[in-house]
Amino acid sequence: MSLHEILFWFLSAMAIGCALGVILSRNPVKSVLFLIATFFAISGHYVLMNAQFLAIVNIIVYAGAIMVLFLFVIMLMNLNADAEPQKSRLVQFAAVLSGGALFLVIIAAFTKAGLNVEGEINSAGELGLIKNLGMALFHDYVVPFEVSSVLFLSAMIGAMVIGKKEDAPVVHS
Amino acid sequence: MPIQHYIFLSLALFAIGIMGVLMRRNAIIVFMCIELMLNAVNLLMVAFSKMWGSSDAQIFVFFIMVVAAAEVAVGLAIIVMMYRKVHSVDINILNRLKH
Repeated sequence: MSLHEILFWFLSAMAIGCALGVILSRNPVKSVLFLIATFFAISGHYVLMNAQFLAIVNIIVYAGAIMVLFLFVIMLMNLNADAEPQKSRLVQFAAVLSGGALFLVIIAAFTKAGLNVEGEINSAGELGLIKNLGMALFHDYVVPFEVSSVLFLSAMIGAMVIGKKEDAPVVHS
Repeated sequence: MPIQHYIFLSLALFAIGIMGVLMRRNAIIVFMCIELMLNAVNLLMVAFSKMWGSSDAQIFVFFIMVVAAAEVAVGLAIIVMMYRKVHSVDINILNRLKH
C-alpha cells in the first residue's frame, strides 16, 4: 500500500467514525465537535485529490464559520446538558433501517445496473488550484457569483429580521 | 484511487446523515446532519471533477458552500426564534400544523 492509499483509508475511517459520533452522541456540544472532525477529514480528502482551494475553503467556511455559529447557538440556549428526549426504540430502529436500505439500494444500483462508472482519481494535475478555479469563476461564472452575493445579503437581512425581538414597541405614524 | 471508493464513502456519509435526520429530536442536530449530507455530495462532486478533468464541478461545490452558509444563517435564526417561543428545540413539539 502506498502512502496515498494509507491516507485514503485513514481519512475515510475518520470521516465515517466521526459522522457516526455526530448522530450517536447524547451531548450536542460533542456532536458539533465530531462534525468539525468530519469536516477536517473531508478537507483531507480534498487535499488528497489535489483540490487545495476547496480544502481551505471547506476548513474556513464550514469548520470555522458555520460550526462556530452552531456552537454559539448551543451555548446561547444552554443545551449542553444531556437532557434531550429520545425517540422511541421503534422509530430509531426504523431510521437506521431506512438509511441502511437507501445505502444498499444505491450501491446495488451502481454495481448491478451496468452504468460503467469507471475511472481513476489521479491526484496529479493543477485542476483544483486557485489559479484555474479563479479563472473559471471569473470568466464563465461571473453572473452566479454576483447573484450569490445578493443571496448572502438577503440571508443576512433575513436572519436579522427573523431573530429580532418581537415585543419592540410598534411606532404608528 | 478508483472512483468506486469515493462513491461508497460519500454514500455512507449521506446515509449516516439521513439516519441522523430521522433519529434525533434536537432540531440543531437535525440541521447538522443536513450539513453532513451536503458535504457528502460535495465530496462526490470533487471526485467526479477529478475523474473527468473538468473544473466546473469544483465551482459548483463552491456555490453549494455559499448556499449552505446562507441557509445556516437563516435556519439558526429560525431555531433561535422557535426556542424563544416554546423554550425547547424538540421537533416533536412543532407538530401544531397537524392539529
